[in-house]
Order: sequence, then structure tokens, then C-alpha cells
Amino acid sequence: MADQAPAARGDFISNLGKIYGLYTGGFFAFVIFLAILEQLGVPNQWIGYGFVFMTIAVYAVIGIISRTTEVGEYYVAGRRVPAVYNGMATGADWMSGASFVGMAGTLFLLGYDGLAFVLGWTGGYVLVAILIAPFLRKFGAFTVPDFFSERYGGNFSRFLAVIVLICCSFTYVTAQVYATGIIASRFLGMDFTVAVYVGLVGILLCSMLGGMKAVTWTQVAQYIVLIVAYLIPVIILSTQIYGIPVPQLTYGQALRDIGALEQNMLTSGLATAQSLKPHIQPFTTYDPLNYFALILCLMVGTASLPHILMRYFTTPSVREARLSVAWSLFFIFLLYFTAPAYAAFSKLEVYSTVIGRDLDSIRPWLFTYGQLGLVKICGADAIDVAAIKAACSQIAGHPGVIRLQDFSINTDVIVLSTPEIAGMPYVIAGLVAAGGLAASLSTADGLLLAIANALSHDIYYKMLDRNAPTTRRLIVARILLVTVAVAAAYTASTKPADILSMVAWAFSLAAAGIFPALVLGIWWKRANTAGCIVGMVLGFGICLYYLVGTRYFAVHFYETWSWLSNASPAAIAKFNELKAAWMNAADGAARDAALVALDKHAQTIANWWGVRNISAAIFGLPVGFLAIWIVSLLTPEPSKEVQEMVDATRRPRGQTILRDKDAPAVAH
Amino acid sequence: MEQGEDRYWRRTSSLMWTMLALWAFFSFVIHFFVNPLNEIQILGFPLGFYMAAQGSLIAFVVMLFFYAWAQDKIDREEGVAEDE
Repeated sequence: MADQAPAARGDFISNLGKIYGLYTGGFFAFVIFLAILEQLGVPNQWIGYGFVFMTIAVYAVIGIISRTTEVGEYYVAGRRVPAVYNGMATGADWMSGASFVGMAGTLFLLGYDGLAFVLGWTGGYVLVAILIAPFLRKFGAFTVPDFFSERYGGNFSRFLAVIVLICCSFTYVTAQVYATGIIASRFLGMDFTVAVYVGLVGILLCSMLGGMKAVTWTQVAQYIVLIVAYLIPVIILSTQIYGIPVPQLTYGQALRDIGALEQNMLTSGLATAQSLKPHIQPFTTYDPLNYFALILCLMVGTASLPHILMRYFTTPSVREARLSVAWSLFFIFLLYFTAPAYAAFSKLEVYSTVIGRDLDSIRPWLFTYGQLGLVKICGADAIDVAAIKAACSQIAGHPGVIRLQDFSINTDVIVLSTPEIAGMPYVIAGLVAAGGLAASLSTADGLLLAIANALSHDIYYKMLDRNAPTTRRLIVARILLVTVAVAAAYTASTKPADILSMVAWAFSLAAAGIFPALVLGIWWKRANTAGCIVGMVLGFGICLYYLVGTRYFAVHFYETWSWLSNASPAAIAKFNELKAAWMNAADGAARDAALVALDKHAQTIANWWGVRNISAAIFGLPVGFLAIWIVSLLTPEPSKEVQEMVDATRRPRGQTILRDKDAPAVAH
Repeated sequence: MEQGEDRYWRRTSSLMWTMLALWAFFSFVIHFFVNPLNEIQILGFPLGFYMAAQGSLIAFVVMLFFYAWAQDKIDREEGVAEDE
């Protein structure tokens, strides 16, 4: 029995190309089948259900087939995942529902400045490859905190790493579950709360029985669905407009057309210089300091997020780990270099067929999203022509055609509406929904596993019960996985606005808390326990202080640090005025309202040198590095054993440094 | 023996610093010049915009495949590569 399993698995690994080739072919056949059903008159809702349930069923089957009772399989997929497939799995792990649905919309709204996200979420992989991943693979850890504990001795550094990991992963996983709920409720008309729990079942089916092994093989399947779903609509659109099916090349033309339309709108009075942000003009939203700080924080955050790093524990060798990072970035690149094309085509559509239109002749796709509250015209949801006319007539001197400043669109609409804009059949819209769902489910699985593994492996096994037998470890791992998943689903079902806006914080928190100690642990032998602890506490602490202080205690933060704020004299005057109004207000509703106004204004000026809180790691990173450096030099150097361990980590040849007593050593 | 390992690490480090410098160039330095680069147009793309939307990304992907190859070459030449 024990001998049979690896042999069967070897078979599976050597047949991966065939298996996933068949899977991809099957997926296309399924899409065509649904397209035919649509032509035969099957209602749209059924097509939507077909997509969602069929894809979730396939992921669930993969998850159940990949169940395992071995610790090494559960935590690191037996370290047998080839570079290319690990790359695809990482791509799905990385690209969240928000990337899939919201990225193009962000680029639509911000133009050039939005490219900070495109750069930040790709360039980080260079840091992963050259500084971290191959060495962690050689180390042979099961989790990122494992490395901290071995390298810096003792469980305190492990515990700190677990805290950072949970802080940055839990809000993130909640947002993923929320995204599955949004997609399922929007496309299937389900109640949001029900949709969240349906998403939860989908997530658990993929991860619970097989841990990392099951998550790996479902993520590969999910990557294929999400990339097909992302590329197809925009390829069709590009072919329709420019006759060339390579949107990444043709949108240069769209950019030029957008530039011309922007000029026209300004001269004809359809837009004011205030409402129009020229698409290609840099630094209209972020100043250069914030633009580059954001890129840095997103990149370093990428290289510190545990759910990404742990994917490189699963490759068969150090060599494959390096190659696997390159493949990961390639698969991620396919989506991220397409997102700006989506944004450009949508903007061209909006500028040429919405702005300047008579209120009577508005394109119908706007109403579809207006009814969901995602498109507003003249400040009212664009439900139908009458509603828009009523809203616009309220505005003094409205010319009766839509001006740029009358129009507002939710970022999610850009990708979701593309099939309708191009007049494609509903089956393509269903495909997009399936892709968005795949993106959120796969990211949720990776995050969930990272949190649950830290709790079960690091806290339970390594800190509480070193003698726990394998079966008990795996039972505990699964119980914790379900517990964390239910907690995330429950939090998501309450629609917590704060949690969703906090997701962007995850990158800064991970960067400041984990990156300095991780990189110096590999690249500087002299780094020691005291340095690591002080560095993590200070780096993470400053980052958290800045995030929470500027967001939740803005008035206090501003008053403490007013000498570092970039507030203009006018903004300072306004602050003092609002503060006086609050102090003088009578108790009750008036006082509360005054406080809200004061706090809202304070949030715009509570800062150090004008840095936005999304880039808080710009302070945490240097503090973390400096603290490790200074404290390490002031305290004795690490023991000879630790220094030899670092040497062995740097050398690809030889056995991994950590070996689980239950996991068979993998020989090559 | 010790010397061989020192040399391995020196070569590995210098590859790392080279890649890090390229990373900094494509992540930050090139984008400092977005306005002058936007004066140049290719296929309708202003070059400064293009670099942030595609150019740097392509550079990152190529860099990583090159890195995997170059580091593997160092491993083999210094005799620390894993057995096949």
C-alpha cells in the first residue's frame, strides 16, 4: 500500500501534460456546449449556473482525488511539483478576485498612475527569485515561520512570524471569500450570504482533504480557467475594433484615440480640466513620491507574503524552484499586461459612445450595471432613461447630454461589461464569471492553507506538542483549516467595509514584518536572534502604527506629528476650524457630525512627508533593516552551528536542512 | 574546499547584485523619465507609458529566465549543483 501510492503519483506527474491538456480541451468543449445551448434558447441564468457549478465540481473532484494521509504531502505536496505547474499554481494563488475583476477598472480610473499596481505586483518576483525562494527550498521548511525558528533559534521568532503571517493573511482571505460572494450573487442572483457560504464549500472541498497537494492541482486547473476567461473577451474586442487579435498591441491605437477624444471633450465643454485625468499623463493621482513608494511596498510585500513563498517549498529541487519563479511571473504577466488593454478599450467605448450622448440614446449595457448600483449618471443610479433625465434636470445649467463629470463607474464593471460592450453572447459573460470565481477561490485556498498551516504546524506541533503522532497532526490541521475558513466566511458575510480596504495593508505589513529578517537571515551570517526580534518588532510595529494611526486616530496622529505632515496652510486652517467647531458643538448628533467631519479632514493630512498609508512599509523597511543590523552587531554572533547552517542553505547540493521525522527524505 | 565555496558564494552574490541593479533600473529609474520618454511614440504607445504597462514587465520575465540559467551554470561550474 505504502509502495503503491508513490508509484501511482509518479505516473500522475509524468502524465501532467496529457491530463491538463485534456482538461483544457474539455473546458473549451464545455464552453462551446453552453454556447450552443444558449443559441437553442436556454435562459441566461441556467448558463450562469452551468459555469459556476460545473467548474466548482471539477475543482472539488481534483481536491478529493488528491486527498492524503502523509504529512509531507499535506504541507508541501511531497516536493514533487514541476516548475511549470508550480508556476501556474502560483499564478492562480497570486491573482485574486480583485486582480481579475478590479485591476482593469483601477487602470481605467487612474490611467498611468494605476500602473504602479501592475509594476508592483510583477517586479516583486525578481526579489523572490534572487533573494529568497531557492534558499528556502534548500532549507526544507514546511512553513515560513519554520525558517525563522531554525535560523534565529527558539520559538519566540517563530511566534512573531506567525503573528505577522496571520495579520497580513486573514484580512486578505476574508476579501477573497467576499469576492466569491459578490460574483456568485451578481451572476446567479443568489442571496449574498448564501453565496458566501457556497464559496466557502468550494474552497474547503479543494483544500481540506489534500492540503497543499490538493490545492496545487486545483490551482493549476483554476489558472487555466481564469486566464482563458480573461483573454478571450478582450481578444474578440480587439479583433472587432482593429482586426488584429492581439489586444496588447492594438491598444496603442486606442490610447491615441483616447488622447484625441480627451482634447475634444475639453474644447467642447464636455469635460473640465478638473474632472479629466488624461489617461497617459503621469502623477495625476499620486505624486512621484507616493507612486514610487507604492511600487516598492507592493514589490517587497510580494516577496514576503507567506502564501506565495510556501509555493516554492513544493518543487523537486532548488534549480526547479528558481525556474518556477520565472514561470510564475510569466503566467502572471499574461494577465497583467492585458489589463491595461481592457482599461483602454473600455475608456474608448465610454468616451466615444457615452460622453456627449443625448440622454435618450444611451447604450443599454449601462442600464444593466446601473440597476446594480455600479454606474451612476448625474449622481443617480443609471436605472433607465427616465431616472437619468430626472437626476440631470436637477443640475442647474445641464446641457442635456452626458458630460464627463456626470458619469461615474465602479471599477468592477470594466472587465464584467466588456462582453456586453462588444455585443458578445451571454456565454462569454458566464465565462468571465467563472474566471473571476476561479481567481478568488484559488487565492482563498492558498491563504487559508498558509494560516491553518502556521497554526497547526508552528503553534500546535512545534510549540505545544512536539510528540504528536502524524494522524493527530493532520486531524488538527484540518480542524484548524475549517475553523479559519468559517471565521473568514462569517466575517465576509457581515460585509465589513473596513476589512476590504485593509487588504492593501497586507503588503506593507508583510514587507515590514518579514522581509528584513528573512533576507538578512540568508544573506548576512552575522544576523542573530536579538537583531531579528528587535527588527521584526520595530519594523512591523512602526508600519502598523502608521496604518492604524493615520486611518483610525487621524486627529491624534496629526496633532502628534503635525511638524512632519505635508498639510498646506489652507488645510491646517481648515483643521483648526473643524476642531473648534467640534469643541464648541452641543452634545449629541451635532457633536458627532462635527467629529466625523474633523476626522475625515484629518485623514487627508495625518501623514509623514505626505506618504499615503498604503505605502507604510516605506518607514517599516529601513527601520527593520537598521534595527537588525545595529542590534546584531551589538550582541554576540550566532553560534558556529547556525553559521554552518546558513552555508548549507546557500549551497544547492545536499539534503534539505530541516527533515520531518515522518516525511521520507526525498532523494534525487 | 573552503576556497571553492567562497568563490561560489562570491559569484552567486555578484549575480544577485547585477540582477538587483537591473531590477531597480526597470522598477524605478526608467520611470523617473516617463515624461521625456512619452515624447517618443511606438505603435501609438507613448514610450514612457509603454515601459510601465509592458516594457518593464517583459524585462522582469526575461531577467528571471536568464537568472535561472546563469545561476545554474555557476552551480555546475563550482560543483555545488544538485544531482540530476
